[in-house]
Amino acid sequence: MERLKDKVAIITGAANGQGAAEAKMFSENGAKVVMTDILEEELQNVANNIRGDKKSVLSLKHDVTSEKDWKHIINETKEHFGKIDILVNNAGIGSTKTIEEETIEGWEKVQKVNSNSVFIGIKYTAPEMKKSGGGSIINLSSVYGIIGVKGYSAYHASKGAIRSLSKTAAMEFAKHHIRVNSVHPGLIQTPMTESLFLDPNIVEWMQSVTPWPRLGKPEDVANGVLFLASDESSFITGTELIIDGGWTTH
Amino acid sequence: MNLENEVALITGGGKGIGKATALLLAKKKAKVVITDINEEDGDKTLQEIKGKGGEAIFIKHDVSSEEDWIRAVNKSIDRYKFINILFNNAGIFTLKPLFEISLDEWNKLMNINVTGTFLGMKHVVPHMIKNKKGSIINASSTAAINGAPNHSLYGASKGAIRSLTKHAATEFAPNVRVNSIYPGFVKTQMIDYASELSNTKLDNQASSVPLNKLGTPTDVANLVLYLASDMSSYITGSEFVVDGGLSAGPPVWEIKE
Repeated sequence: MERLKDKVAIITGAANGQGAAEAKMFSENGAKVVMTDILEEELQNVANNIRGDKKSVLSLKHDVTSEKDWKHIINETKEHFGKIDILVNNAGIGSTKTIEEETIEGWEKVQKVNSNSVFIGIKYTAPEMKKSGGGSIINLSSVYGIIGVKGYSAYHASKGAIRSLSKTAAMEFAKHHIRVNSVHPGLIQTPMTESLFLDPNIVEWMQSVTPWPRLGKPEDVANGVLFLASDESSFITGTELIIDGGWTTH
Repeated sequence: MNLENEVALITGGGKGIGKATALLLAKKKAKVVITDINEEDGDKTLQEIKGKGGEAIFIKHDVSSEEDWIRAVNKSIDRYKFINILFNNAGIFTLKPLFEISLDEWNKLMNINVTGTFLGMKHVVPHMIKNKKGSIINASSTAAINGAPNHSLYGASKGAIRSLTKHAATEFAPNVRVNSIYPGFVKTQMIDYASELSNTKLDNQASSVPLNKLGTPTDVANLVLYLASDMSSYITGSEFVVDGGLSAGPPVWEIKE
């Protein structure tokens, strides 16, 4: 079933993990997909795999902290596909430092990549969505944007910013039929979290706090993002979708 | 999204959100058990599903009665062998200042909205655990999130469902997922009744919603379908708002454009 038939979607951080899973699922559901990432080679490989013989997948190098890059991505998208219906702000980096360990530089880098990028992305994409009569923006926050876990201060703050920014954006753009929602995955096995999965203590802890008997997969997140991107969720805006196997139920 | 081989029991399936969900799940090939206290309404949903080639049965059901639940579950199992989706949707609404609510009124609404949800889980979950698979969706409301005058009884019942859902989710993992949903203003007979009780025009209510419209029963049914299906197989104990942005932020000053 083509749940995103003829829609045009930009997905950042699409070279691996959740972004790659979203791009694949979107493409399978009939969307024209613009995949972006700073990791150019990895992105090309993933895009080629998804593309197959379809011409409706575009892959572009993209530093999400750069305003110039964003303008370029949007122009390329319009040139190739004529409009933008969906923006998935998925790109992000991890950080595992406590507040005392974290440096100002380290802190600022995480905020720039994780949350400033969401602001810039919405700033330049929303006017295009207004022109075409509406759209859906999905911002990847985390359960760490909701609860506190020691040792991830910069990451927590950046994800909290995304949660809150999504709500104010939802309010600002509702009258233009642009929906904005945030998604909050728990621990999902991706390249970003690879080091955590290598630590048996962390895996054991995760299993002990997650009621559901397995850890998360990128497809779990992609399914939720697909729902929010599609017209099935056309009365849903300014809200939060938690995908965490029940972790934050406690 | 295909629900072939799934059996869904939907309470309050005769009207509104329950009916839209029954139709949508049947369209996705689920076998649907429609229950409702109103036989005429329930039968209409049944005929509509059958008319479209879907598979369903109707059972008359007072959700506040344990006997009725036992009967409904037994009939469903007799007919379809198992139940792996339960939508605790049936509920009633009232609007009244707290000090004017009689104990009888309080108990009646709580029995339908809260006890009904408890009994549903109590009698359906053992069958889900036997099959090692199940998804339960409990209908709460944005009235469980935000406070408003005259909503104490309805709001408290929906708040109980919110909390009950989270506790149940931790108890029934790893076999059964349990999530709650929070519709805002959705075009149903319940909202017509609310509009009548409060003497407020529905158009005025719609303009208070950031998306500037009321939701449709299908908007909610789409969310229930997502939570019922394997698309959400890593989601449990969580909350899903479908309210056009109503609960994301209170009304504030607007900038002139």
